[in-house]
Amino acid sequence: MKSDTITRYILFISSLVVLLVSAGMVFSLVGDAVPVFEKFGWRFIISTDWNPTEGRESYGALPFIAGTLSTSLLALLICLPMAFATSLFIAEYFRTSYVSSVLGTMVDLLAGVPSIVYGLWGFYTLRPVIVSLGLDAQGYGIFTAGLILAIMIIPYATSISSQIIAMVPTELKEAAYSLGATRYEVIKYVVLPNARSGIVASFILAFGRALGETMAVTMLIGNTNIIPTGLFSTGNSMASVIANQFGEADGLKMSALIAIGLLLFVITGIINALGKMVIKRMSR
Amino acid sequence: MKKLFLLLLIGALMGACSNGKKKSSENDSSETMSIAAAGATFPMPYYNMVIKDYIAQKGVQVTYGGIGSGGGIKSLKDKVVDFGATDAFLTDDKMAEMPAEIVHIPTCLGAVVIAYNLPGLEGLKLTDELLEGIFMGDITNWNDTRIKANNDGAVLPDQPITFVHRSDGSGTTHIFSDYMSKISTRWAKDVGTGKALLWPVGMGAKGNPGVAGTISSTVGSIGYIGSEYAFAQKIQVALLENKSGFYIEPSIESISASAQGELPSDTRVMLTNSDDPGAYPICGFTWLILYKDQAYNGRSKAQAQATLDFLDWIVSADAQAVAPKVNYAPLPQKAVERAKSILRTVNYGGETLLK
Repeated sequence: MKSDTITRYILFISSLVVLLVSAGMVFSLVGDAVPVFEKFGWRFIISTDWNPTEGRESYGALPFIAGTLSTSLLALLICLPMAFATSLFIAEYFRTSYVSSVLGTMVDLLAGVPSIVYGLWGFYTLRPVIVSLGLDAQGYGIFTAGLILAIMIIPYATSISSQIIAMVPTELKEAAYSLGATRYEVIKYVVLPNARSGIVASFILAFGRALGETMAVTMLIGNTNIIPTGLFSTGNSMASVIANQFGEADGLKMSALIAIGLLLFVITGIINALGKMVIKRMSR
Repeated sequence: MKKLFLLLLIGALMGACSNGKKKSSENDSSETMSIAAAGATFPMPYYNMVIKDYIAQKGVQVTYGGIGSGGGIKSLKDKVVDFGATDAFLTDDKMAEMPAEIVHIPTCLGAVVIAYNLPGLEGLKLTDELLEGIFMGDITNWNDTRIKANNDGAVLPDQPITFVHRSDGSGTTHIFSDYMSKISTRWAKDVGTGKALLWPVGMGAKGNPGVAGTISSTVGSIGYIGSEYAFAQKIQVALLENKSGFYIEPSIESISASAQGELPSDTRVMLTNSDDPGAYPICGFTWLILYKDQAYNGRSKAQAQATLDFLDWIVSADAQAVAPKVNYAPLPQKAVERAKSILRTVNYGGETLLK
């Protein structure tokens, strides 16, 4: 066989596997989620009831959807300015300095730290700080969970966007400088327009990570199955309720948990699609 | 060449997939007996201890997987284990769902303790009314007059009460809520009994370590923890008023005492709110479950005999003596006798296996 043909086969097979795995995932999620949708219909998505007690079972996913979205949006809000500034610092403003190379390495290191480590640090360090600042009596809830998520995704977004900023062709920047542009103007008129779609993509990836994060959130969100009533209210997230409850679940409850998994899958899909649209519009 | 490699790869993958099935059928012909079991995580430290001893003494290989009570029941239903383990006995409905008649063998006892975090206050005394008030959300501050009235001389701070419950499904929650349902009609009506509940108040934490960790780091918190974990970690616990009106501290003795009374012939009973004057009120058995007729799924008689020998040994004095070392309460004599007589009803196609 020609090496060209072989390469084509290998590429074809591996892409097929990816497709098959995602299709299989959707298939089994949908299949196992059917009983709960049959029983509760669309009420499953908009109901706030979550009663797993045998004999009075009633399942609604809204508290978890609200918990996931509120913590992730809060995390994204905190992450946006921080990650943006840091990536500019590393990749453009001080790119040749020693500080930035140390910082860059640190950011990459932080991006690879397992989430349970962030969870532990949040539980034993961040939460007591919040309590001692007097922000909240117990320190569990949306705010603490959102904050730890932000700390987790900042290195992630920073790492990707700094690589994209560093990829902006030097010739373009030199041309701008030669026309008398200041550093700020170079960033504004040359770096950002070139790197914009990549930066947005990095934030979408980071947001996706926040949506699916489980352990760190479970340890800090308070795990109460209610719609959060405020920034410091406790709540629960979709990934966290699945991780917590599937161990002893069976029957309808298992179906409800799988349905939440399906909803999380769909939400992540929608956000990725929206992100792609934004990127497309920007690069026009 | 490349094609060959690809074929090999596919072959290896398919081999890996079918491996699992092969293993179980090889079991019968293997020379050393091996017994497989799975189920509840609560008694796992105890089972691991006695299994280690048993392997050392008898040379029979026993493996126990702590996959949760639900998983234990499912594994026995699917006939992939020799026996299962569960913290909650099977209801009549659940028994009927099993493919054949099963029996419950109690192995040891555990309790659910009420842990709290109030620096400087030891031996908090709680009554059923106070438990209902706190866990239903009526009593929200530690300086509540009702708590004060029951704890003469104790300095109760002006501190909001934070209730910490389990966020995961758990047998511990089942025993706790069973007791609450027995002592409070409001709880029985609004909350009920189960491994996971719709909680009136409080926040959740995962597992005994999660609840214990949250309580120890939150002043003013109160929650429930499995006794085996609380004893091992020396956690501060409340004294509870039992049915006879005594304030009882949870201990190996006061937990064992809860099973001293009359037991039903199949031992399927919740021991909460025991009549025994020395009993701690929130206790429960943990059970091993197996099919009454051991001749199923092509199991050999030797396999059935080995399973029964092990189960007979786990309720013997030798094995029971290990329980307190890992913070479980041993079975009282009456319960041991009951377990032994149940084991003697187990048969292999009608033939009894134990004498």
